[in-house]
Amino acid sequence: MRLTLLHTRIRVEERLLLDELERRGIDAELVHADEAVIDLTQPHEPTGEPHVLLDRCLSHIKALAIVRTYESREVICMNPSGVTHACGDKLLTTLALTDEGVPSPRTIAAFGADGAVEAAEQLGYPVVIKPCVGSWGRMVGRLNDRDALEAVLEHKLTLGGPQHGVVYLQELVRKPDRDIRAFVVGGQTIAAIMRHGDHWITNTARGGRAEGLPVSPALDELCRRAASAVGGTDASLLAIDLMECPDRGLLVCEVNSTMEFRNSIETTGVDIPARVIDHVIQVAEAAEDGAVVI
Amino acid sequence: MSQVAPQATSPAVDPATEVLSATCPECGSTITFARAPRRHELVRCPDCGAELEVTDVSPITLALAPEVEEDWGE
Repeated sequence: MRLTLLHTRIRVEERLLLDELERRGIDAELVHADEAVIDLTQPHEPTGEPHVLLDRCLSHIKALAIVRTYESREVICMNPSGVTHACGDKLLTTLALTDEGVPSPRTIAAFGADGAVEAAEQLGYPVVIKPCVGSWGRMVGRLNDRDALEAVLEHKLTLGGPQHGVVYLQELVRKPDRDIRAFVVGGQTIAAIMRHGDHWITNTARGGRAEGLPVSPALDELCRRAASAVGGTDASLLAIDLMECPDRGLLVCEVNSTMEFRNSIETTGVDIPARVIDHVIQVAEAAEDGAVVI
Repeated sequence: MSQVAPQATSPAVDPATEVLSATCPECGSTITFARAPRRHELVRCPDCGAELEVTDVSPITLALAPEVEEDWGE
């Protein structure tokens, strides 16, 4: 097996994955996204050896381009570009979940200031505004009234790039002060955590505290459906974010294709990096045996 | 994929001889590593708290970590 790890920074997660590879005597080539130079017109020559790319790139746009390029050379990418595409843009994620009947918070997209005001009135204040592309709770806002919305819209539409012309507005779900993160590896929900926080954004990147959560059959089933909705297959590595709605039960709000797990190993007792590498090896071995994995 | 610039998994550092320390570019203090770092690994200066990136491993060289970009995430 040939293994490439695409990355931006070597964070705790990448270090744990590389340590796991070292323990197993597997040599990976590291490709920093900023340093990749790829001749798109060069015909590829199959080596006959399964080649797996593990995407740990922080930049959604660069990851999408590089992963697609590797796929054109018949490299098995974990995750495939179609999954990265669907997960990296919240509008596409919402559409994918809705198409497959996976419950998610009510969301309306608008494409100008007037439309955004109309969308917010349909949802009812407070509303949540999110950038379509972005993570870690950045630029996510809770807007309590029309004045706040208009102020944010003016800044977003004036100072933001063209991508901010798509306004993604979501209902504020009246959930407990916690949410759920579950990890789906190879079509199985291997672990889950509950994230508590004093702030309404309970992302651990924003200081939310994590504790282990047993994976119930209902949680497993919903997470597997969410993974499948974004195009996930047995080769996928995904983290599903869910909220507990008092009226509608569990709602899927995000699916992450380059999952962070540093706060979820001790809390769940599951060696997530080891499970990820186990799965990478299984996928490569399946490819070696001629099985379809992507 | 020979056009990309792969780096070996194992750091290009001989742990027996390499000095596992470097200078923080923000505050000038000496940062000691418990193990050989990898290129592009992130560390935080224990003195000033700056987030740093290992830009070279032989000798270990540190730079301020790049700012988070808008499309970064998980």
